[in-house]
Amino acid sequence: MQAPAPPPVIDIRKVWMAFAKPSGEPLPVLAGIDIALPEGEILGLLGRSGSGKSTLLRIAGGLIKPTSGEVLYRGRPLAGPAEGIAVVFQTFALYPWLTVLENVELGLDALRLPLDVARRRAISAIDLIGLDGFQSAYPRELSGGMRQRVGFARAIVSDPVLLLMDEPFSALDVLTAETLRTDFLDLWIERQLPTKAVLMVTHNIEEAVLMCDRIIVLASNPGHIAAEIRVPLPQPRDRLDAAFHGIVDEIYSILTSRMTEAIGAQARIHGGLVQILPQVSPNRIGGFVETLASSAYAGQADLANFARPLALEINDLFPIAEALHILEFAELKEGAIKLTAAGRVFAQSGTEERKRLFREHLIRFVPLAAHIRHVLDEREEHRAPRARFEFELQDHLNQGDAEKTLRAAIDWGRYAELFSYDDETRTFALDHAAG
Amino acid sequence: MEHHAEVLKGGIWHQRIPSWRDLAAMLLVLGIVVLLGTGARQMVAPFVVAHQPAISLSPTALPFYTLRTVMRMLAALILSLIFTFTYATLAGKSRRAETVLIPLLDVLQSVPILGYLSFTVVFFISLFPGNTLGPELAAVFAIFTSQAWNMAFSFYQALRTVPRDLDEASRSFRSSAWQRFWRLEVPFAMPGLIWNMMMSMSGGWFFVVASEAISVGDIQIALPGVGSYVARAIQERDLAAVGWAIIAMTIAILLYDQLLFRPMVAWADKFRFEQTAAQIVPRSVILELFRRSRLLRLLGEPIGTELHKTARARLTLPRRLHRVTRWSLPRRSVDVAWYGLLAAGLGYIVWELSRYARSTLSWSDVTIAAGNGALTLLRVAILIALASAIWVPIGVAVGLRPKLTEGVQPAAQFLAAFPANLLFPVAVFLIVRFDLAPKIWLSPLMILGTQWYILFNVIAGASAFPGDFREAAASFRVRRWRWWREVMLPGIFPYYVTGAITASGGAWNASIVSEAVSWGSERLSASGLGAYIAQMTEAGDYPRIALGIAVMSVLVISMNRLLWRPLYAFAERRMRLD
Repeated sequence: MQAPAPPPVIDIRKVWMAFAKPSGEPLPVLAGIDIALPEGEILGLLGRSGSGKSTLLRIAGGLIKPTSGEVLYRGRPLAGPAEGIAVVFQTFALYPWLTVLENVELGLDALRLPLDVARRRAISAIDLIGLDGFQSAYPRELSGGMRQRVGFARAIVSDPVLLLMDEPFSALDVLTAETLRTDFLDLWIERQLPTKAVLMVTHNIEEAVLMCDRIIVLASNPGHIAAEIRVPLPQPRDRLDAAFHGIVDEIYSILTSRMTEAIGAQARIHGGLVQILPQVSPNRIGGFVETLASSAYAGQADLANFARPLALEINDLFPIAEALHILEFAELKEGAIKLTAAGRVFAQSGTEERKRLFREHLIRFVPLAAHIRHVLDEREEHRAPRARFEFELQDHLNQGDAEKTLRAAIDWGRYAELFSYDDETRTFALDHAAG
Repeated sequence: MEHHAEVLKGGIWHQRIPSWRDLAAMLLVLGIVVLLGTGARQMVAPFVVAHQPAISLSPTALPFYTLRTVMRMLAALILSLIFTFTYATLAGKSRRAETVLIPLLDVLQSVPILGYLSFTVVFFISLFPGNTLGPELAAVFAIFTSQAWNMAFSFYQALRTVPRDLDEASRSFRSSAWQRFWRLEVPFAMPGLIWNMMMSMSGGWFFVVASEAISVGDIQIALPGVGSYVARAIQERDLAAVGWAIIAMTIAILLYDQLLFRPMVAWADKFRFEQTAAQIVPRSVILELFRRSRLLRLLGEPIGTELHKTARARLTLPRRLHRVTRWSLPRRSVDVAWYGLLAAGLGYIVWELSRYARSTLSWSDVTIAAGNGALTLLRVAILIALASAIWVPIGVAVGLRPKLTEGVQPAAQFLAAFPANLLFPVAVFLIVRFDLAPKIWLSPLMILGTQWYILFNVIAGASAFPGDFREAAASFRVRRWRWWREVMLPGIFPYYVTGAITASGGAWNASIVSEAVSWGSERLSASGLGAYIAQMTEAGDYPRIALGIAVMSVLVISMNRLLWRPLYAFAERRMRLD
């Protein structure tokens, strides 16, 4: 990079973030993040839910103050939301009681413009984003795609230098999302926007490769930068291009290798009790295994190829893959997934046989489930309160993960008839079926 | 009056406060009321109530009286709105203020409204000696107390539940506190606020009638209005006049509904937060008239633009001040000072109260009041059970038939709004005529006006019951008894609880005017806490009025805490699918 470049639009330096747990202890969500976003770049933050990417975006927008570290906006420390930074929200965040025009004007409220100037600018933003004719409509009259267009118009109306986008297309259906993406990219490439840089959060790998110049992969617990990938392809990009595929595959394999490492590491310490279980219903596991075992894949597939026709995003795909890997029904390696022998048997079996197999694997590979069963077996009355295991888990995991893990264990244990659980009394028990 | 704020349509229930705060708040309320009341009374010991025009029983005087009553209502509504926007905003924005204001509000809404009256009348008269403004304000204040609390609650809860994304959007646009208030918070709170206003109003008619003609000790007040008209009619044993008053009130309530609330509800529809189109869009002929009429639109335009400008104005000063107080002072030491101050204030009130109580009351007074309280509690419980047994099946039957619902629902709402105390003379006349036992036959009066809340909530519940649940039950040919127990009753339960809470709160309030009644010179008393308070009020025995009010507040609060809230939380939990 050339030496006399202008300062980065946003410069995140050694940022740490921790929220307070109900118990008062800090719960770290971001650890030592360093990101500089130069002018002219679209930077993607990619990661699974819980990796802190949305928190990072809000820190960049001044909506949240980091616990430590600093954020420089064009070389100056950022204290709260600043002029020149605009946010596009995943949920659109439109005010339902204001019309499209009024919603867009809202983006100008802080600028103290005369009423007529504000109106003129709002109308030209609406025109630019392809909403003309809808000025007087209320958000509830619009489709999701049109609503997000209002979100975009509202963000660009104030001529922001930095545009922050928090999963802007993830609440839209596949086709609408694609149109909106290309429309936005057209504006960006043709330099119709005064915006100098874009920071975008996404959990859609192809979307990231399609739009971004650089992608930062965040890993969880606590969120940190796992990898940084440049996307040197010229715009507009072609999803069918081999180079495009290469980058998508690379990201998949980065993510899978991180995941298998983490699973392996968790299994080795504290007798496996620190293992975080993904919340995936046995039905989804079954469906996934069947699809993978079908003639289309014959038991193995690149995750990228598997995800595309099913339009699975990483938040759908990875938890299932993770569950299969933990239960050793499948093995993840370098962005590919392959059924194990047990996985193939599972795919062919009927309900009872599946449950039996699932139970075996649950006891062997999920120490928490085995532990719950063991405690119930030991106790004379074969009952144990949920709180007992909650406390045990919270020694090693943060509260959210402990809760999630326990819920997954309950779901799997119930399916496998390893134990039963009564939510009214919050107790585990062995019932005769499981005995 | 019991609150609708937290039980509002699928409302969000959250356990706000540990109970020691309630106790503290309770003492605070009681202390202030007693101290202000007695203080004011001493100030103007032999005072002159302004010259009051005699109330005429001629039907031709009624339109004017009704107008006066309606104006009082409106004045109270405006005051309640101002109170809501300030009190609730303060509670919603300041953590420290919240710890005091919210428990206080909780207690305030459990104090019987007519209980305040005997104290506040004296206070307001002393503010404006020799002027009718005093009693007028006292009456307006009584109505205010029947409306303000639940409106403030609903606004406070809305402030607390502003959706996160809208909050972030507003912050990322750097809206000032003023812009945020008018652009985000008020609109978001609007549907709940209007709903609560309607509910409050329907309770308010009862109190406006009751507060116009009062006598506390030697103070006799009869403000020109429907309430005084009826009071006079009772003295004169004039049943025809009572009939005229009923007709006048009916017309007034219907007009209020058509001219004020329907347009408001229809207008507020755009503030609904759900981003889906409504199934039934509320309509109002009056609102459409306003929207369609060119002349009115032309007149309205400049006002609209000015309002828009006002909402856009930044007015940043308060925000900067806010920030200074927020960040520059060390939080802990301010906290310590704040709680210290609270404790000291509370201590002073406790000391003052106990001194006051010891000099005037004995333990036997407490047992008498408590005994009366138990009697009234028994009445409320039996009446709610009876009303439920009658109205739940009827409500379900009506609610499941959309055509019928259309007709019955407005009628039920009207009946809930109609001040039942106007009907009391008719009932009392019958009791006197047929020589019935007042202890039993006066009881139903308590619930005469409030039973309709059960009916219309159950109707609402039954008509909102998902069609596919009903069809599933029908296709499995679920048997009658099972259908009630496992399909319908769980389905309407949250709605029923909402209605029952309102009905029981209303019944407590009504007990003060329904347990002791008169017809001419004939006096009937059913005994009970309401009768106790009424008699002490008539005698001007302030310590015992305070005692009665305190006992009633404690009973109402404990009933809410021990019965209704757990029931409601249970209903919420069971109805959730996720």
